[in-house]
Amino acid sequence: MSNDLQQSERFQAPKERRDFLGLAALWSAAVALGVATLGAMRLPMPSVFPESNSRVKLGPLPSFLASSMTPIPEHRLWIYADKAGLYAISAICTHLGCIVTNGGEKGFHCPCHGSRFDVQGQVTQGPAPKPLMYLQLRVSPDGQLVVDKQAEVGADVRLKV
Amino acid sequence: MVTDTKESRQEPEQGAPANGQPQSAIQRYLKNLRSVPRSFRDSLIRHGRPTSDRAASQAVFTNFFLHIMPTRIHRYSMRIRATWGLGIITLVLFLLLTATGIPLMIYYKPSIDQAYDSMKEIHYIVPTGRFVRNIHRWGAHAMVAMVMLHMARAFYTAAYKGARQFNWVVGMLLFVLTLALSFTGYLLPWDQLAFWAVTIGSEIAQSPRELTDALGITDWCDIGGFQKRLLLGANQVGQEALIRFYLLHVMVLPLMTAVLLGVHFWRIRKDGGLTRPAYTDALPATGSSGANGSANALESSPAMRPSRTYGLMAVVRGKTPAVDRAMANTVPTYPGALYAIAALTMLTLAAMLALGYYYDAPLKEMANPAVPENPAKAPWYFLGLQELVSYSAFMGGVGIPAIVVLGLMCVPYLDRDEEDVGIWFGGSLGKWICLLTAIVTAVVVIGMLIFTVQYGWLRSWFPGIPQIVITLVNPGTVLLVVFMAWSLGITKATNSTRMGALAVFTCFLIAFVILTYFATVHRGPNWDFYWSQDQWPTH
Repeated sequence: MSNDLQQSERFQAPKERRDFLGLAALWSAAVALGVATLGAMRLPMPSVFPESNSRVKLGPLPSFLASSMTPIPEHRLWIYADKAGLYAISAICTHLGCIVTNGGEKGFHCPCHGSRFDVQGQVTQGPAPKPLMYLQLRVSPDGQLVVDKQAEVGADVRLKV
Repeated sequence: MVTDTKESRQEPEQGAPANGQPQSAIQRYLKNLRSVPRSFRDSLIRHGRPTSDRAASQAVFTNFFLHIMPTRIHRYSMRIRATWGLGIITLVLFLLLTATGIPLMIYYKPSIDQAYDSMKEIHYIVPTGRFVRNIHRWGAHAMVAMVMLHMARAFYTAAYKGARQFNWVVGMLLFVLTLALSFTGYLLPWDQLAFWAVTIGSEIAQSPRELTDALGITDWCDIGGFQKRLLLGANQVGQEALIRFYLLHVMVLPLMTAVLLGVHFWRIRKDGGLTRPAYTDALPATGSSGANGSANALESSPAMRPSRTYGLMAVVRGKTPAVDRAMANTVPTYPGALYAIAALTMLTLAAMLALGYYYDAPLKEMANPAVPENPAKAPWYFLGLQELVSYSAFMGGVGIPAIVVLGLMCVPYLDRDEEDVGIWFGGSLGKWICLLTAIVTAVVVIGMLIFTVQYGWLRSWFPGIPQIVITLVNPGTVLLVVFMAWSLGITKATNSTRMGALAVFTCFLIAFVILTYFATVHRGPNWDFYWSQDQWPTH
């Protein structure tokens, strides 16, 4: 029964030219939809992201020289002082962004997925792919310590005082 | 079929002489006015009382809300063990979550300064607010669990074969949507759980950098960074992220879920109804099957004789229904199946109301970007993933979940033998295979966990090892390779793709259960191993 129907005139294959026009219509509709969708997809990615200044003043320089380690919890970092000068280690775990705890001599521990770092911030265990970030330190003209939370520096860089 | 249904309540022709005297327009108007309730009811319900099989069929057929169901349903499908009602329970939970979610939107404010306070307001000030939020939270947990059980039921009864291939894919998409709805839901309160879940979630979206960094192409092909910024609308977690997740949770994901649910149900009808074993169609008609009258009487009744319903089948391809046997062994959907659905609805509602009444939904401390909880644990359904993520961010958070979901989506196209459709575990051999696979998986997963806890992994032995090696070779990927090898071995040994499919699904299921249990019970502060929570260090 279905064969009869397919062989009847209504079910004959369309002529080639009609096929072309039909395909052209379908494809142009598809392309129009696709381009419109792509254009709309541009909307959720703004040209400028809302951000606060990554450089922050932490306080007068001498206060950080008094102790070998000063925690700055609101900016999620520690300021260290050694003989060569000052350096800052970020507390943000390089694995998935949790805040590591500072165990002093025992190094750093991440509470979320168990990454461990030694006192220098090098990965010793767990899933973290990179060492903890060392952040750039500067001194502002008014004598305050300034950290740039997005500028990474080498682990041997010190702010000489 | 539909034309002469109102014979019992047919009104006299309007305007015709009722007693030989022509009526005036005013008289007809008054008469119509008096009969408004009745004629409205007739226009609303266009069939007689569902006392006969035929009227029962029409009750389903002519009702917008019921017409997605067949007018008659196979007796086998009415058995509890055919489906365990899991799909219906999931649907009820979805509707319950919609019904409780909309009132919560009255008070919830998607702002990082006010979200947490509005949760407190809902909990302490809004009448029934606490109850409604509790139901919403427990309903979400239950829906995730029920989707998983429904998936297991569909898999173990081979409900993904033949015409049902695509509906399995739709079901997998609904599973992913359910998880996405849960995830976007629990970060709205902007408590500690929410904040750190958004942080970790967006970092997982960024984790393809683990690969692109290793290949040195991050500078011009930063898929990870793009995904993170698309989710957060910023470079860090903040107001933009909360608005985006709120929009996803209350608008985008529910709409997608509703549309796919419609497709899912429609395909059940179009794909031949609920899965049942082939032998059930060949069974001789037995016993009383209708609301009144036996199956044989039913088949001989002219009303139920297949007529033009099958007309379309002549011009479309595919299997034609068994016309002679179609009516045997079926019962009217109205009222039997409706009673079953109503019972499941009541059971689900009762369970959710009881949970919501006695147990408060968790609300942690207000989000604190300086200190995560220790340990910071996701809800139970993500804890297995959290364990995998603690081996490698990219593999645990993106790679392995993608492989599992895409792999399961492909199963219907790889395993096509249709002999055991509708038979739990594919018969007695399948039961043994599933049991054996479950034991082997348990041994392998537990062994791997013990090994990892005891001896660590590559970085503990080779501190300088490149990250790409750990990304590719970690306990998660090793387990995945073992499962693949096991199921291919089963396929070869039994010479059956169905047995291989059963093996691979059982591997995933048992591994999920064990990893979830392990991360729930045995992971403590700093994600260290503890036998129980009593051993956690106190501060």
